[in-house]
Amino acid sequence: MQEEIFISGRNIPKIDPYLEIWHFPISLYLFLGGMAAGIIFFASLFTILKREKDVQTAIKPAMIIVLFALSIGLLALFYDLTHKLYVWRLYTTVRVESPMSWGAWVLLLITIGSFLWVFSYFSELFPKWDLKIKWLKQLEQYLIKNRRNLAMILLPLSLILGIYTGILLSAFNARPLWNNAILGPLFLVSGLSTGAACIILFSKDHFERKLFSKIDLALIFIELALIVHMIMGMYAGSAVQLEALDILIGGEYTVMFFVFVIILGLIFPAILEGIELLGYKVPVAIPAILILMGGLIFRMVMIEAGQLTRYLY
Amino acid sequence: MKYAMVIDTLKCVGCSDCVVACQTENNVPIGYCRDWITESVNGSYPHVELELKSERCNHCDNAPCVRCCPTGASHVAEGGIVLVTEDECIGCGACIESCPYDARFQHPDGYVDKCTFCAHRLKEGQLPACVSVCPTKCMYFGDLDDPTSKVSHLLQSRKFKVLAPEAGTKPNVYYLI
Repeated sequence: MQEEIFISGRNIPKIDPYLEIWHFPISLYLFLGGMAAGIIFFASLFTILKREKDVQTAIKPAMIIVLFALSIGLLALFYDLTHKLYVWRLYTTVRVESPMSWGAWVLLLITIGSFLWVFSYFSELFPKWDLKIKWLKQLEQYLIKNRRNLAMILLPLSLILGIYTGILLSAFNARPLWNNAILGPLFLVSGLSTGAACIILFSKDHFERKLFSKIDLALIFIELALIVHMIMGMYAGSAVQLEALDILIGGEYTVMFFVFVIILGLIFPAILEGIELLGYKVPVAIPAILILMGGLIFRMVMIEAGQLTRYLY
Repeated sequence: MKYAMVIDTLKCVGCSDCVVACQTENNVPIGYCRDWITESVNGSYPHVELELKSERCNHCDNAPCVRCCPTGASHVAEGGIVLVTEDECIGCGACIESCPYDARFQHPDGYVDKCTFCAHRLKEGQLPACVSVCPTKCMYFGDLDDPTSKVSHLLQSRKFKVLAPEAGTKPNVYYLI
């Protein structure tokens, strides 16, 4: 029988035993980017459908949260760069092959679009704050008139941003845990779900909360189905993928993944939202916060566990 | 022109001279390596086999690091050598994540560093530092597009393997077995 008795590995102290290139800021960015994409998606969608009155939180206060989420996310990304002074190089090139390149461009466009969006609601959000400068007033009027057009642009951009957070990882075939095509749609659905949860958390309107609870419940079921899909796909995969899956199922990250992501982050809040939709009173913040926590922990698990998986050594 | 390195695992003794030569030639910071030695023992006693390999960036034909680089800092230079332009690199780490050989690292100065096949020496008609110092002469370097080169000849006449061919990167460092 042929068996491997011993492999020395490489013993390069600053690189081995495994990669630690991407840290918590990247997980935080993927979470905030996904959540922002979710909120922008719903705000744009309901604006295009001319149902702004039903979703007052989604189109106004939640979009302010988007600005904070995108800004903090961008700062986190910047913080994790090691050659920070050259960051402008991202915006002197467009490389279609590199998800990070088009992701950076989409992030720039969507951040500008979101600022314009919030500015179009400036007078409604801050009624006591008078815009004294004439051209700012003109800009606001112009944006109010073109809000639906802005929504038409932001809707596809939000979908690209949401799916990009997953494709960024799935494009690396060197990390078998990340290298599956379902990760893009999975992160998109998770982002939409956390976006909906964020709107539920801040909404004071009963109808809006109920509407987003229904949406969120559907998204949680889709997300669970996609996770099952991911696991099944990897079970049918190559040796390196099977080895990678061991980390999530029966390995180092099993408890984190099943207890904090699947049970506390998806199944339990889904049950709570279901109970609420049946008419029982459930404090709305509990499922919303659980979903948000689950979304963040999911990205932390994927980032950290993915970097443990490799082809050699 | 297509540069390739051929390493005879039957002649390598794992002395790490290539590692030290690289660190000296390229001023590699302490704690990092652009090349390294792996040692593996296979089989069941009494039929066991020891294999020593000097490994480095494989300068792949289908280089995932070049594909995923958002700024174009990682690029394919003349002869198929994969290089990093220091002042275009933002240090995002995407190329490090994308390499199945884990051949790249973040230099303490921030940019990403790796084996260059000693491109600066090649320009002067010299061999890469690791190849030139190997005491057992188990490393060969040359042009695969030239059918009369030593590397072409070795790959025609000997059995060889590449690392992680299943990763689909089409590496250009070959190991004679």
